[in-house]
Amino acid sequence: MSVKKFAVATYLDEEVLFPAVKKVRHSGYKMHDVFTPFPVHGLDKEMGLKDTDLHVAGFIYGILGTCTALGFMSWIFLSDWPINFGGKPFFALPAFIPITFELTVLFSAVGMVLTFCYLNQIMPGVKKHVFHPRQTDDTFVLTIEMNDHVTEQEVLDFLKSTGANETYMEVAEEGWWYGRWDKEEDYQKGLVTAHS
Amino acid sequence: MTDRFEIPARLKTTAMVLILIGVITLLFGAITLMNSHASDHEIMHAERTRFWIVLLHNSVFFLLMCVASIFIQAAASLAQGAWLVAYKRVPEAIGANVWIFGLIAGIVLMCVAFVFNIDGHNPIYHWVHPEGDKILEGKKAFLNPGMFVGFTVVTIALWSYFGKKFQSLSLAQEQAPKNSTKIYWLTIKWSAAFLFVYALTQMSTTPWVWLMSIDAHWYSTMYSWYTFAGAFVAGMSMILLWVVYLKNQGKMDIVNKEHIHDLGKLMFAFSIFWAYVWFDQYMLIWYANIPEETWYFKIRQHGPYSLIWYTTFVINFIMPILILMSRNSKRNYFTVTFMAMTIVFGQWLNFYIMTMPGPLAENWHLSWYEFGIFAGFIGLFILTTAKTLAKNSLIPHNNPMLKEALLHQS
Repeated sequence: MSVKKFAVATYLDEEVLFPAVKKVRHSGYKMHDVFTPFPVHGLDKEMGLKDTDLHVAGFIYGILGTCTALGFMSWIFLSDWPINFGGKPFFALPAFIPITFELTVLFSAVGMVLTFCYLNQIMPGVKKHVFHPRQTDDTFVLTIEMNDHVTEQEVLDFLKSTGANETYMEVAEEGWWYGRWDKEEDYQKGLVTAHS
Repeated sequence: MTDRFEIPARLKTTAMVLILIGVITLLFGAITLMNSHASDHEIMHAERTRFWIVLLHNSVFFLLMCVASIFIQAAASLAQGAWLVAYKRVPEAIGANVWIFGLIAGIVLMCVAFVFNIDGHNPIYHWVHPEGDKILEGKKAFLNPGMFVGFTVVTIALWSYFGKKFQSLSLAQEQAPKNSTKIYWLTIKWSAAFLFVYALTQMSTTPWVWLMSIDAHWYSTMYSWYTFAGAFVAGMSMILLWVVYLKNQGKMDIVNKEHIHDLGKLMFAFSIFWAYVWFDQYMLIWYANIPEETWYFKIRQHGPYSLIWYTTFVINFIMPILILMSRNSKRNYFTVTFMAMTIVFGQWLNFYIMTMPGPLAENWHLSWYEFGIFAGFIGLFILTTAKTLAKNSLIPHNNPMLKEALLHQS
C-alpha cells in the first residue's frame, strides 16, 4: 500500500449517489471506494464489484476442521490411547461425528471472520484513512483515485456535475496501519513507508 | 395471455400413460400378489403383504410430500416472505389437491389396518391384534383401531381443508379491491392455525400412527422430525420441478434465478437437516446399544437392506451437499432440476426403507410392482396439479407482495 491522491465527493442522499456511481463507472475514472452510513442494497452491483470468494475460503477451512477432528480423534483412539468404551470399536465413527461437525463449524466460522477482516482491512487496533468525518454518520462518500492521465479540475468538475454536495482533493494512505491515527501524517509526508 | 397455463398435449399424454402403468400394475398386483398361492407359506405371506405395503409406502409418501406445499405457504406468509409469491400458484395447486392423495392414503391405510389379514393376524400393523404380545398390549392405550381411525380421519380432513382454504384465500385476493390487505392479514391468521395443526400432526403424531407403528415394538422420538424432513425436502423439489417446467413452457417469466436460488437453498438446507435427524436417530440408538432398539437398524444397515440404506444416505445427503453447495449450482437450471429429481427419488427410497423391512424382512423386492405404483402416483400428481394450475392465472396479479417478489434478490 502507498500514499495516493484521491478526489472525494460527498452526497446527502442515496438516490443521488446511485446515478452518480453509475456515471463514474461509465466515465472510465478509477473508482476507489464508496462509503455509506448504512448498507445500500444493490450498490455492490452498481459499483461492478465481483462476487466474493469468501465461501471458497470457508469451504477450505471447514474441510480443514473436518480433517483435524477426524484425524486427531483417530490418532488418539487408535494408536495413542485406545480405551474400550462399553465394547464399542476403537474407531467408533458415529461417536466422532458430533465433534467433527462442531470443529468443522468452528474452523470455518473463525477462519471466515478472520479472512473477512483481512480482506476488508479491519481489525481491532488497526486504522484506516477516513475521507470525511461524517462518512459513517449521515453522508455518502465517493472517492476516485487520481493518476497522471487526469487533471484535478476535470475530475472535480465531473463530480460536481453528478450532484455532489462537496468535492475536494485528499492525499491519503490507501491501506491499513497499526498504531495511532496521527501516524498517517508521517506516511503522507513521506517520512516512513507504509508496510504491506 | 402468457399467465394462463394450458396443459400441453405431451404432458397430458405422459401423465395419462403413467397413470395407466400404475393402474395396470395395481390390477396385475391384485391378481398375482394379493391372491398369491405360492407353495411356500412364507413367500405367499410376503407376496400378499408386499401388495399392501407398497401401496401404503407410495400413498403416504405422496400425501406427506404434497402437504409440505401447504406448510411452505403457511410458513412463508407467516414470515411475510415475498419470495414465494412469484410462483405461489404452484404450491397452492399442489396443496389444493391434498384431498385426492389424502383420500387414497386414507383408503389404503384403512384397508391395511382392517381388511388385510392373514390367519387372524395383521403382518403390517401387528398392533391390530395385540393378544399375547406383552409389549403391544402395553401400548394398547395409543395403538388401537379407534385411535388409528381417529388420527387418520382428523389429520387428512384438516390437511385437505387447509389446502383448499389457502387456495381460495389467494384466489379471493384476485377479486379484492386494489391494494386491499384484508385477505393478506387473514391469510396470516390461517397460516398460524395451520402451523399449529401441522405441528400436532405431521411433526408429531401422524408418522407414529401411520409409519412407526409398522415396527410396533420399536419407537424413536426423532421419528416424526425425520419423516417431516424427508417429506419437506421432496416437496420443495417437486415445487422446483414444476416452476422449472412452467418456465420452460415460457409461462412464468416473472420467476428468475433469484427465486430458483431460494428453492435450491431450501433443498440444500433441508437435505442437510434430513441427514442431521437421520444421524441423530441412529447415533442415540447406536450409543445406548439397547437390543430392543438396535434390531430396527440391524436389519436395515447390516441385513438385506444394506445397499438401499447406504444409497439413500448418498442420494439424500452426500450428493446435495456436494452438488448444491456452491451458489452457481443453485442458480443453474440444469443442476437444480437434476438434483430435484434425484432427491424425490432418494426420499422415495428413504420412505421405502422406513416401511418395508418391518413386514417383509428379507423377502423384499424393488421391481415392477414398486416402480409401477410409483409411476402411477407420479402420473396422478402431474395430472391433478396441471389441471389445477390451468384453472387460474399463474401470476397472483393483485397480491400485495407481488412487487417485492419481482424485485427479490437472494
